[in-house]
Amino acid sequence: MPSLSYLLARLLQIIPTFLLVMIFIFLLVRLLPGDPAIAMAEAKATDAQLEQIRHNLGLDQPLPIQFLVFVKNTLTGDLGRSIMLKAPVTEIILDRLPTTIFLALYSVLLAICLAGPLAFLAAARVNSAVDVTIRSVFQVGLSMPVFYIGLVLLTVLAAQMRWFPVGGYGTSFLDNLHHLMLPALSVALYTSAIILRNLRASLIEVLDADYVQFARAKGLSRRIVMTRHVLRNALVSTVTLLGLSIGNLMSGTLVTETVFAVPGVGRLMLEAIFARDYPLIQGLTLTFAVLVSVVFLLTDIVQSWLDPRLRQS
Amino acid sequence: MHQIEKETVLDVRGLRTEFGLAECPLVAVDDVSFQVKAGEILGLVGESGSGKSITLRSILGIVRPRGRVWGEILWKGRDLVPLDEAALRRVRGREIAMIFQEPMSSLNPLLTVGLQISENLAAHTDLNSKERKARAIELLDMVGIPAARNRLGDYPHEFSGGMRQRVMIAIALASNPQLLLADEPTTALDVTIQDQILRLIQALSRDLGMAVILVTHDMGVVAETCDRVAVMYGGRLCETGLTADVIADARHPYSLGLLRSIPRDVAPRTPLYSIPGAPPSLNALPAGCAFTARCPVAGPECRDVRPSLETTGRQRQVACHHREEALIHFSAREAAQ
Repeated sequence: MPSLSYLLARLLQIIPTFLLVMIFIFLLVRLLPGDPAIAMAEAKATDAQLEQIRHNLGLDQPLPIQFLVFVKNTLTGDLGRSIMLKAPVTEIILDRLPTTIFLALYSVLLAICLAGPLAFLAAARVNSAVDVTIRSVFQVGLSMPVFYIGLVLLTVLAAQMRWFPVGGYGTSFLDNLHHLMLPALSVALYTSAIILRNLRASLIEVLDADYVQFARAKGLSRRIVMTRHVLRNALVSTVTLLGLSIGNLMSGTLVTETVFAVPGVGRLMLEAIFARDYPLIQGLTLTFAVLVSVVFLLTDIVQSWLDPRLRQS
Repeated sequence: MHQIEKETVLDVRGLRTEFGLAECPLVAVDDVSFQVKAGEILGLVGESGSGKSITLRSILGIVRPRGRVWGEILWKGRDLVPLDEAALRRVRGREIAMIFQEPMSSLNPLLTVGLQISENLAAHTDLNSKERKARAIELLDMVGIPAARNRLGDYPHEFSGGMRQRVMIAIALASNPQLLLADEPTTALDVTIQDQILRLIQALSRDLGMAVILVTHDMGVVAETCDRVAVMYGGRLCETGLTADVIADARHPYSLGLLRSIPRDVAPRTPLYSIPGAPPSLNALPAGCAFTARCPVAGPECRDVRPSLETTGRQRQVACHHREEALIHFSAREAAQ
């Protein structure tokens, strides 16, 4: 297991990351064209009324003061009030977040279940008909935009076959699995193509490695050679890639959730951008940043658990 | 010599290993036959690509990429060639163990040394985990790893090259094999460490009565370590015999060349001898003697007529059409120096 000091050091690295993320969020929103006061006010609002709204939002303060207020509020969990939904941003996000996390985990699991066994099958017989077929099918998955795959799945499996609902979210765990099958699958097809390529390549490399030949020469059972020696070594690089693609997937939910009408934070983000709902955009961007950082942290921990050489530095 | 005649444990007869298409195969090992007696160290010598490593891997059935193996590999009277994976696994590691050339890449970097020893014990013995741990310490101790008890939890990257080779030997010895296949075990090591490892292998062979096939390209290593030697070239044997005999009185032009290329009592700045040319590739082997193209005494028939291994003395075999000419050629060179 990774040592406590490694974990602590890794956790401390998050602090500068977050500081940078907050500066970026703060500046980006203020550099966007458009005035939130005008967006909030009624059409016939007077200049005095607009000034009042700006004052209420703190937009009349100098930027450094605005930033400090922003940091202080964020740390205390106060992300302001959504202009569009007229409710605290924290509440809105916490309400929608579980759906998105559920969808992300669901699609990652699907992707692993798809890519894992097929990568083994392909690597066992390099350049055989099986290998070539698997690779070309997944190449198609890789070269299609996720929303297009989503639309195809919707048309065929939901609209025509009526196996799955067209959109929305369920009421129980099993119901959720059923409702989110298509959005999860359309993302998984893409992610699994990436994992498959990488895992196949590292399996081929590891199968030829000296330590695997040595393990075979030791007379170990095929199962032990394949899991303990081959799979574990092949996973080291695949885990990195998996972490990166989960990070990608977080922002990918923007599109998927819109196509499938899933009430998660991704679709919320799109709505907030169109409404120029600054507090909500800030809150959501921060949420994505936290999610991605947590995923990368977990990736690093899993990696250092797999590979002792990474635990030292 | 008042040694009792030891029994033959391994008897390889007409071994042939080939790769690629059946119509135009690449023959890596061709009609190789040799015996190994209990407790004996046999040196298998030759340049890179001469088929030494493939010969070892063929014995254990771990040739990769998958090759086709023909002939007989009689291990204590039982032919290993037709055995299936499950039956071979009971021989691998248990009765015949193998160590590899690269101690840096032959240990799994992600597993502790303790686990890599004990998984061997788990596969071949009935010891429980506590007994396996005790045995692992004993093994590390036996191969000369200081403070063995504290090192079971260490990973391969925490050991030096020579120590890793010792660890690999400890793993190989875990279930008391009667034959150790050592594939260039010292090539990747410093000269001083090389010597230590060779002495270790020699001592273990003597103390445990374990036979060893030591693959090397270094005649010096053979001279120091081996009881008998078999010289290989282009996948075929060209000369076998007792080490002392072959070194003192080599008969095959290739062995003569190999011995000549060991620097001995040379004045500074004299160019060292090397056999001209490079070994033939597997797809360009002549029908006759594989050494023809580089041989100083080759005649017109050498390219087409394959010389058979002929017994020329006690425990002595040579495969060459021109043994007399070779001797004259090389002794003339000796005199010229």
